[in-house]
Amino acid sequence: MSAAPAPQPATAQRSSILPALALNALAFLFGLAVWWAITAAKLVVLPGPLEVFQRAIELALNGQLAIDIFSSLRRVLTGFLLGAALAIPVGFLMGWYTVARALIEPYVQFFRMIPPLAVIPLAIVTMGIDEAPKIFVIFLASFLSCVVATYQGVISVDRTLINAARVLGATDSVIFPRVIIPASIPFILVGVRIGLGSAWATVVAAELIAAQSGLGFRMQQAQLYYDLPTIFVSLITIGILGLLMDRILQATERRLTQWQERAR
Amino acid sequence: MSPQAQPKPSFQPKLSFQNVSRRFGEGEKAFLALDRLNLDIADGEFVTVVGPSGCGKSTAMNIAAGLMDVSDGQVLVDGKPVRGPGPERGVIFQQYALFPWLTVRQNVEFGLRIKGMPAAERRRISDRFIGLVGLRDFADALPKTLSGGMKQRCAIARAYAVDPTMLLMDEPFGALDALTRVHMQDQLLDTWSRERRTVFFITHDVDEAVYLANRVIVMAARPGRLHKIIPVNLPPVRNEEVRLSPEFTEIRNQVWHAVYHQKPLVDA
Repeated sequence: MSAAPAPQPATAQRSSILPALALNALAFLFGLAVWWAITAAKLVVLPGPLEVFQRAIELALNGQLAIDIFSSLRRVLTGFLLGAALAIPVGFLMGWYTVARALIEPYVQFFRMIPPLAVIPLAIVTMGIDEAPKIFVIFLASFLSCVVATYQGVISVDRTLINAARVLGATDSVIFPRVIIPASIPFILVGVRIGLGSAWATVVAAELIAAQSGLGFRMQQAQLYYDLPTIFVSLITIGILGLLMDRILQATERRLTQWQERAR
Repeated sequence: MSPQAQPKPSFQPKLSFQNVSRRFGEGEKAFLALDRLNLDIADGEFVTVVGPSGCGKSTAMNIAAGLMDVSDGQVLVDGKPVRGPGPERGVIFQQYALFPWLTVRQNVEFGLRIKGMPAAERRRISDRFIGLVGLRDFADALPKTLSGGMKQRCAIARAYAVDPTMLLMDEPFGALDALTRVHMQDQLLDTWSRERRTVFFITHDVDEAVYLANRVIVMAARPGRLHKIIPVNLPPVRNEEVRLSPEFTEIRNQVWHAVYHQKPLVDA
């Protein structure tokens, strides 16, 4: 799309960003302090921030952390990209053709009710303990969230926009690429974001059950050896990576949908 | 009261509703939105349509636009029955209906682009109409940055760009504030007086209906039907003087009475 940069109204928003960031940092430091205080006072039997930080350095230096991150991310991205790539055309098909919708929707709605994790035992039995079952489960998780969002997007395209295109001489074959697709992009991106979120949640859980590498696997191993600092490092890494992926998608979303009127 | 039939003019009307009815729903719940509408609009004429909600004015416009089918009767444009939308009929919607992901210029060029017009020619035409509606400085802006009045001007430029011979407007200024509305009315009359496109203009504002029109079509509800046609014998050039004249007030009162003091339909 060739949307020109729009003149941004008011810079009032900008000035409020700095204090917000400062407050974020303050909250973070406060949390860290509470964590340190609780563990230093031996109120709970958990590793303190320093211990976890040391373990993180250790795991980073011996390369284990990188290997774990890489295997988890590879699974997520493979499954997620396959899922989204199939979901978007299927979602368009469901939104545009009522026959396709009637044929596909019951399956989508049914499988949506099954948590992807519940499919893991079946996937392991039928696909072995390789990469295949994990990628399949992630694929399923991201496919289901993206397909519903895409199809919702298509059916909620404003009728007046379609009519406006028709009175300007557009036929269905023009309306689809020039109206339906751009109008449903915001919905699709929301679906993609939810899909990536559930894919990330699923990979960790799948690795807890059966894997030879990955952040979930590392935690499972650490659990056997009562290695709490490693569990902490893995948890924090999972959180940070999830947050990063979400932020990247959010930025993409903003860029692709800057034409939308936003309440904020 | 039977639906009024107009005397058949000797020339071919630009737009002609012939016994047009439109029902929604089936059986018990069926609802007659438009009951045997007969109306001829001459080439170059500016008619406004007023009436209470449910009088079928939007239904009539959507049928003329080719966005809705008739249940009975037919609509002729230049003597030919309407089958779907056509480039000779430009439509302007109350909600502007601009494509929010396209800039003003891209919106105006939308109809030209799908016709496959070369870029240079599109540019020439869009320049002309963007200038005409006074949006030259906003040609590359996205709709979200425009005010309501500017959005509607963009929609008007977009409709003009495909060069229709008739404009169908559904409460186009309904969402605008009073000052902007007056300005938009004068602007519309100004372009109309130069280009003489036939205009079918729906409004709920009696003043607007009288100020703009050659004839005011008053409709009635339940079922939606033609109630009265009031000719507006005011000077062809409308301005503030006309708006404040006793003659204007007189016609305005007639229309007001026709809209707000309609006798309920006794026989079905």
